[in-house]
Amino acid sequence: MAAGSGALKDATAIVGIGQTPFAKRLPEDERTLACRAVLAALDDAGIAPGEVDALASYTMEETDEVELAKACGFGDLTFFSKVGFGGGGSCATVAHLAAAITAGQASVGVAWRSRKRGSGPRPWTNTTVQLPTPAQWTRPFGLLRPADEIAMLTRRYLHEYGATRDHLFNVALACRNRANQNPAAIMYDRPLTREMYMTSRWISEPLCLFDNCLETDGALACVVVSAERARDCRRTPVYVHSAAQSLPAQHHGMVNYWNDDPLTGPAWSAARHLWKHSDLTPEDVDVAQIYDAFTPLVLLSLEGYGFCGRGEGGAFTEGGALETGGLLPVNTGGGGLSEAYVHGFNLINEGVRQLRGTSTAQVPGASACLVTAGEGVPTSALLLRS
Amino acid sequence: MLRPVPDADGAPFWEYAAQGELRVQACGDCGELRFPPRPCCPHCQSFASAWRPVSGRGRVWSYVVAHPPLLPDYAAQAPYNVVVVELDEAPRIRLVGNLVTGAGQPLDSLPPHRLRIGARVRAVFHDGLPQWVPERS
Repeated sequence: MAAGSGALKDATAIVGIGQTPFAKRLPEDERTLACRAVLAALDDAGIAPGEVDALASYTMEETDEVELAKACGFGDLTFFSKVGFGGGGSCATVAHLAAAITAGQASVGVAWRSRKRGSGPRPWTNTTVQLPTPAQWTRPFGLLRPADEIAMLTRRYLHEYGATRDHLFNVALACRNRANQNPAAIMYDRPLTREMYMTSRWISEPLCLFDNCLETDGALACVVVSAERARDCRRTPVYVHSAAQSLPAQHHGMVNYWNDDPLTGPAWSAARHLWKHSDLTPEDVDVAQIYDAFTPLVLLSLEGYGFCGRGEGGAFTEGGALETGGLLPVNTGGGGLSEAYVHGFNLINEGVRQLRGTSTAQVPGASACLVTAGEGVPTSALLLRS
Repeated sequence: MLRPVPDADGAPFWEYAAQGELRVQACGDCGELRFPPRPCCPHCQSFASAWRPVSGRGRVWSYVVAHPPLLPDYAAQAPYNVVVVELDEAPRIRLVGNLVTGAGQPLDSLPPHRLRIGARVRAVFHDGLPQWVPERS
């Protein structure tokens, strides 16, 4: 296919996924966990480590390319890329590998995330290590944590559109219900009730404990190759149908209050690119893995990616819409809220499982899955198809 | 408590605040207000800028009530509010701050039930930082 519009469409596929166990505390260090996840993904694909010639990761990753390549025994690398903005970069890793492979810069790409957030310190306690938040305008006033920054948008969202805490609960519950079906999920054996949610402690009002993602140790990886090569791999290929990155005009990161329109975040512009380069529409999506560091991000994303109108994200969650058998089952492994918070990489692997037909909460016949990265920061998204 | 760590663009804001003045960066050519301060104007790309005094009156655009875990100095005052105030002169400029009962009062001095979106507030200053108090009507 000629370069230009559509060149990426279905040109590459994810052919291997791997992960370590998820836990609040794992004994091994991040580099070891990264190696285990990467080698598991390559084994899943049936590709030898020596064939790997491309890597993609995203910031806040502690294991660098040199260490990973040496430890795992990769070949000569001809492409490596690190995407900015932490959790906003998860899907972009696959997008970068797809672009590099399509352009002939590499042939076997690996993307990964290794993180010890469960046993490590909370990142916000080191106020100098932040996403592009201009700390001088926020931190002195006690707007300290990501939860505070998103709670501010949430309060305004609830006020402006009449959404309620029950809508946020619907998100938390859908993720927890799916985690209760997934033995790998941290919250596998921990059901959630509305009473638990409504009586839980506040973190930053209007966000309570269950509106916040987990803090997890763990690592994941996936392997990307050309569609042609994918036919010879061990597993059913999952095609990268469309991919997008987005840093909207005048966007301000987590503290998007300085944007003219703070409630339309990066999802909106990511969606425009994603659908423009796709044969599919939101109606064709069978299942979605939506970045859920905080429950309100899912409401904002449902609107941004076009599953409902502006201000309708809350109402969309009613009647079990996000549950199995609902209008749009989401985060079928449990997501960041209930499976593991590994900066969204678990959402990519779960998207692959859905399209292989091997999810623990399988959507029957799923053939198209949206996966998104962190909303609230410059973001990325993938549309995967079987 | 954390003190602002100004960058080159932001330093004038804090210098004016230390003198009890609220000023916002404006483009020196097209006059467009911008926040946070930046090296050049996103509308006309001019590098000229000026610091325009504003009335310090505005409305609460949103607010949160923060609970622990927090940094120790903040945990000692929790739960406390953080507000975003939309300035009267420039509704698109929204400043993060705290709504307190008077200049120098602690972060938790105003009971949370008195917080409401749309409430009129005005800036006061304490220790080089702007704070917000409910406007008496």
